[in-house]
Amino acid sequence: MFVAKFVARMAVLAAAALGAASFGTASLAEAKTLRWASQGDALTLDPHSQNEGSTTAMNSHVYEALISRDPSLAKVPGLALSWKTIASDVWEYKLRPDVKFSDGTPFTADDVVFSYNRALSPSSDFKAYISSIKEVKAIDPLTVHIITDGPNPILPDYTSAILIMSKAWSEKHNVAKPQSFKDKEETYAVRNAMGTGPYTVKQRDPDVRTVLEKNPTYWGAQQFPNYPDELVYAPIKEPATRVAALISGQVDFVLDAPLQDIARIKQTPGLKTEETAQVRSIFLGLDMGSPELKYSDVKGKNPFADKRVRQAMYQAIDINAIKAKVMRNFSAPAGLTTAPGVHGYTKELDQRLKYDVAGAKQLMAEAGYPNGFGVTLDCPNDRYNNDEQICQAIAGMLAQIGIRIDLQARSKTLHFPKLQKKDSSMYLLGWGVPTLDSHYVFTFLYQTEDAAKKVGGWNYTGYSNPKMDALTDAMLKEVDQAKRDKMIADAWALAVADMPYLPLHHQLIVWSMSDKVTIPIFANDAPNFKYSTIK
Amino acid sequence: MLAFIVSRLLQSLAVMLAVSFLCFALFNFVGDPVNNMVGQEATPAERAEMRRDLGLEDSVAVQFARFLGNAVTGNFGKSYRLARPVSDLIVERMPATLELVAVAALLALAIGIPLGVLTALRRHKLDSGAIMTFSLAGVAMPTFVIGILLIYVFSVECKNWAPALGLPADWCFPSFGRGETVKLGWWNTGLLTASGLKALVLPAFTLSLFQMTLVLRLVRSQMLEVLRTDYIKFARARGLTNRAVHFRHALKNTLLPVITVIGLQVGGLIAFSIITETVFQWPGMGQLFIQSVQFADIPVMAAYLVIVSFLFVVINFFVDLLYAAIDPRLRLDRAQVGMAGG
Repeated sequence: MFVAKFVARMAVLAAAALGAASFGTASLAEAKTLRWASQGDALTLDPHSQNEGSTTAMNSHVYEALISRDPSLAKVPGLALSWKTIASDVWEYKLRPDVKFSDGTPFTADDVVFSYNRALSPSSDFKAYISSIKEVKAIDPLTVHIITDGPNPILPDYTSAILIMSKAWSEKHNVAKPQSFKDKEETYAVRNAMGTGPYTVKQRDPDVRTVLEKNPTYWGAQQFPNYPDELVYAPIKEPATRVAALISGQVDFVLDAPLQDIARIKQTPGLKTEETAQVRSIFLGLDMGSPELKYSDVKGKNPFADKRVRQAMYQAIDINAIKAKVMRNFSAPAGLTTAPGVHGYTKELDQRLKYDVAGAKQLMAEAGYPNGFGVTLDCPNDRYNNDEQICQAIAGMLAQIGIRIDLQARSKTLHFPKLQKKDSSMYLLGWGVPTLDSHYVFTFLYQTEDAAKKVGGWNYTGYSNPKMDALTDAMLKEVDQAKRDKMIADAWALAVADMPYLPLHHQLIVWSMSDKVTIPIFANDAPNFKYSTIK
Repeated sequence: MLAFIVSRLLQSLAVMLAVSFLCFALFNFVGDPVNNMVGQEATPAERAEMRRDLGLEDSVAVQFARFLGNAVTGNFGKSYRLARPVSDLIVERMPATLELVAVAALLALAIGIPLGVLTALRRHKLDSGAIMTFSLAGVAMPTFVIGILLIYVFSVECKNWAPALGLPADWCFPSFGRGETVKLGWWNTGLLTASGLKALVLPAFTLSLFQMTLVLRLVRSQMLEVLRTDYIKFARARGLTNRAVHFRHALKNTLLPVITVIGLQVGGLIAFSIITETVFQWPGMGQLFIQSVQFADIPVMAAYLVIVSFLFVVINFFVDLLYAAIDPRLRLDRAQVGMAGG
């Protein structure tokens, strides 16, 4: 009895105290606030120092680029109204007039020149995007010429990634260069930001809470009249807690709910999901270039050098089973290592060889491995959707044709350095395409590695085909669109035929939200809340 | 006494050195931060250069010596992940962890001691049995399960059952974060706002449950033992009230070991708070540590481990002193052992 009375008394006291405690939260109803969460916070507000997803997604609400991406990821005018080539190596950008930074100062061509030079400086993480730029010149306050090192037909795709800062603001706060790890102290731009974008920074508490509020001087106020007045972002690392926060109504939008919880979210009244194919393809890489595999029981020769072996492995993978069982249907089986939305992708090319275990066994026997062989598969376990489980499923499937997989799943902090040391015979990799052009895929994954030319940096297969190298170099410079498209198509045909990678699937993105929220889904997984509304 | 203190201090220092060296040896296995620090477009040459700049190419011994040299002057370097001085990050996060740990320790005592007394006094009653069963769950269930369970009941499902009990709809608890905080100098406190206090309830209870049941069981067994002693029988024979016998004579004598155990457990609470902080997105040092491990942010990991082991060493040092103050025999023996050993 004593206990029961005690507990009852405590419960009443606690309820009274908490009832009184929560009255302060209801009065903000007038200003429309959208609260959202995802796994990790932006690493910095400096727009040029970290080329990382969450960082760019946050910073793009405060800073803008010359060219923006609309929800279909098509290029649309941002701070530039138009762009065209006026000579083979000169792009002319006409800037948007009457744009003001949120501190009231006007935006001019000098800010563009300053920002590009900043993004080209050694401590910038975006310099690789624009390394073909020789010079950026202000012709008049609203005209900029970008002079490249030879013709560069895809420069506008890259310029959509370079955010523009105010020259005066940056110089005033001593942040004319991106933060560098050599600096002793944090720079002003790490936690402060001032741009032309739809929002300004109201509060920045890294890893805890970031509050953005509507920029009253935004040039696009007429075009985007209804976006939320305030954005409150909270990183929530633990997936279950993130989903709980959405279901209990503490946040309105979750970028990355775990795939196994999507069904639960869909069933919950008042919640909905949006999904689309992500610009990220998952595939296996095979070391076909080494004379002998480093991690295999086949000595003196390399089984992966034989295309029949690679094809046998390809056809022994039941990708639909992986889609249904491992990915819970949130994947699109792939025949290409690039995804819909990338220039040069076509449905016709994106066809898989058919799943055929008997045929695969036959190919293995013809190649001289009727009893298979053993090989180590390196796999990340915290990088892609269900990455380790994909590898486990593949290990089981390849066992059917006698290939004994020794699966090594590791954190991404160990997986990628291992690949970069070329210390892997077989590995899982995913590839996104920020420029949305096929050239980006060929130059990193298919070209013969050449440090001086800065190409082939992620080609750990040892694949080297002079035809592929020539096509990739040519498509970088070709300005005739039709000719260029032909080159891309030829290169993809070659990639499919040579098969240095075994394509698996394209990831799907699922955004979860309250049904008060409307927002078009972006295939690059970066929500742009100026396109959103909240009731 | 002085010799004892000096020998204990020297031992503590040796422990700290050993811990930090072990940490450094382990950092070789957490992987390479460089990939997280540059975009995928960076060339192999640029990656190599960054690795050199960060000193990651040097041997473990050289890296360790450099870390020690800087740490002695209070400089833990800069976070690879956030590009901010590590000491700033730790100072920012420490209040959240210490408040959580302090409230959890208080809860453990405030609930554990009365329930321990109660179960000792009402040994064969139904309510005691229920409490003992519940305490078994507290010992056996992993912290993250408790946390998720509490979130499920008190913040997700709460929307359904709270109105049925006549509670207001916003009675439910937040499932993440710290609520509104107030800055007192550099100390960022959540104890002074309503939403801050409310946000503290679920994580503090989660963190304290294990210690609470430990205290409960300890108090109960001590109490049972004390109640059998002659002086309690004598006190009863003197005709004292039950209340005076139980709370003045018996409880006082059971509390000494409890206080010592709790003292030692505070270090454990700080360490355990990593899991609680992760589940509740509590912006404390444990959360910072977990994020740093995933990024291979070596400067933050090193600083965190050194600071936590420092707290452990300090707590143990004071508990030792306390013991010595209570028991002079111990003081003598330990000092001799310490001198011989060190």
